[in-house]
Amino acid sequence: MQSLLKQNGALVALVVLFVFASLRYNGFLSEYNIESFFRYNAMFGLIALGMFFVIITGGIDLSVGSMAAFASVIAALMSPHGLLAAVLVPVLLCAVLGLLNGLVITRLKVMPFVVTLGMFLIARGLALIASGQQTVLLSSEGGVGDLGQGDFLGFPIPAWMLLVVFVLGAVFLVKAPYGRFALTIGGNEEAARLMGIPVEKVKWLVYTLSSALAGLAGVILATQFSAGQPNEGMGWELTAIAAVVVGGTLLTGGRGSVINTLIGVVLLGMIFTVLNFENGLGHININSYWQTVIRGLFLLAVVLLQSPNARIKLNLKMKTT
Amino acid sequence: MLDSHTMKPKNTPPRKPMDFRQVLQQYGGIIALLVLFVFNAIFTPNFLTLQTLNINLTQVATIVIVGVGMTLVIATGGIDLSVGALMAISGALAPLIFLNSHFEGTVVGNVLSMVLPILLAGLFGLFNGFLITRFQIQPIIATLILFIAGRGIAQVMSDGKLQTFTNASFAELGQGKWLGIPIQVYLMVLVVAVAMYVLRSTVFGRQVVSVGGNERASELAGIPVRRVKLWVYAISGLLAGLAGLIVIAVNSSSDANQVGENMELDAIAAVAVGGTLLEGGKATILGTLIGALIIQLIRYTLLAQGVPDAVALVVKGLIIVGAVALQKERRN
Repeated sequence: MQSLLKQNGALVALVVLFVFASLRYNGFLSEYNIESFFRYNAMFGLIALGMFFVIITGGIDLSVGSMAAFASVIAALMSPHGLLAAVLVPVLLCAVLGLLNGLVITRLKVMPFVVTLGMFLIARGLALIASGQQTVLLSSEGGVGDLGQGDFLGFPIPAWMLLVVFVLGAVFLVKAPYGRFALTIGGNEEAARLMGIPVEKVKWLVYTLSSALAGLAGVILATQFSAGQPNEGMGWELTAIAAVVVGGTLLTGGRGSVINTLIGVVLLGMIFTVLNFENGLGHININSYWQTVIRGLFLLAVVLLQSPNARIKLNLKMKTT
Repeated sequence: MLDSHTMKPKNTPPRKPMDFRQVLQQYGGIIALLVLFVFNAIFTPNFLTLQTLNINLTQVATIVIVGVGMTLVIATGGIDLSVGALMAISGALAPLIFLNSHFEGTVVGNVLSMVLPILLAGLFGLFNGFLITRFQIQPIIATLILFIAGRGIAQVMSDGKLQTFTNASFAELGQGKWLGIPIQVYLMVLVVAVAMYVLRSTVFGRQVVSVGGNERASELAGIPVRRVKLWVYAISGLLAGLAGLIVIAVNSSSDANQVGENMELDAIAAVAVGGTLLEGGKATILGTLIGALIIQLIRYTLLAQGVPDAVALVVKGLIIVGAVALQKERRN
């Protein structure tokens, strides 16, 4: 029982919370609520997956929130040129910025923390410059808005995107060489290098991937709110990091699971939803100061739940090196 | 042009005595500061006045004060993301005390409203340290908890409302002057001086650097690693508390949503630009002071030259990465 709790703390918490909420709140299991839940949290899911791949290499990406804001602005600016342009251009631009992150980290050997902190400021600046410091309305032609607001087979399109990306991510981690390389690098970078793993290329890939996914989240943001939002995405990087950590991935890298990351995303999202139910009728409530406190306390609980695990891991690492 | 110099691959033999690049790396911070100063002296009207000096020093004081705590934390190999939220907590508590009907207008009320918020912030810092040392939680995650919850706590305390007040003796902290220089500048100098002394000349100071250099070895050498870490996070909290008081005294109002916003970034940037190694084991308080001054002068220069805020963000980002890259090369 105790080891079940430790290894699947997030899953257990998720089940408990789910049962509690569906018994207590009438509207919780309504189609509307479930649909809007996935529509909204798909953005965080995409970002968290990218963050997951960065973190298992032992890195961190603080730029994703600004990156999403930047992408949402570009998507809105591109929307008159059709859906394809509105998706591809922002995602590619973000991918380039992400590659730049990876290049600076590997070539100039600056810590990921600092490089992506710099990019955090740069991408926010670019978003503000590109938008002229205000929200940019999305063109309603060309069906661009459907991406965020539409359904496919009765399920929100962002949720489908999330599902596809997570399945690809899980397969990539387990089956593709570069996925396993990412884990190996996080476990022991020097050993990975000696084994002949192309460490630099793997790092370029994970930072590019993280930014591209943040870009995709930004596109969804723009299509959902029908506008590019240069000031959105504040604190998203921390939500993503929290989701990855809650999912049991060690921030030191080398270990983690894609499925648990998804569980972390759903769990954090559900806490937020439940708190909104507590305050109102499942709508985002303005008087939310306690929510912030409770979110923090919850993060604390999950982190503490997992800490003995982390301690054993750390000790082992110290002894073997 | 300077960039192409600094970005050369590191395998060029660097042992010639003080070539151009080495000078740049050794004294880069001071040179950058001088360049910015001279540039402004020539191109910015009214730059060389006591008023401009005071404006810049006033704005930089809180970053320096928080940055000193951050320097100590980073020297042990940690990081403190919670400083901005702790500033908001301390800023929310002070008016609750001196506006309380029992204390309003009394000396006791003013003293308590300066002491208790700082102590509370210090306690929260201690809590960070406790999570990190007892439960072996990584500093970035441990302090992330208060980064999220701390602002909520401040909002709950003040009910999310903007607290405005007129309290002449408390406002002295942010608006008062002594010999023509703002009070918070004296506080900044005092904090810097004490921290420099502690780092250089006390056992604790050496232990801080040693823990960051090699935690395992420090432990084997009998250094009380846990206690050292507990203290640096507590100190970081205390200093954030002080900075929070200064901010609300400057404005004569406290807004839990805004006090200390993005302060963790500014403080980390000041430390990084100042040359403290972000992986720990080295600390320079003077560097952090210079780093904060550089960031402040850049902000002022861009503003004075009419450059939009958005562009200023990009420039700031590039400078942070560039400065750390430079520092990295110096070490290699």
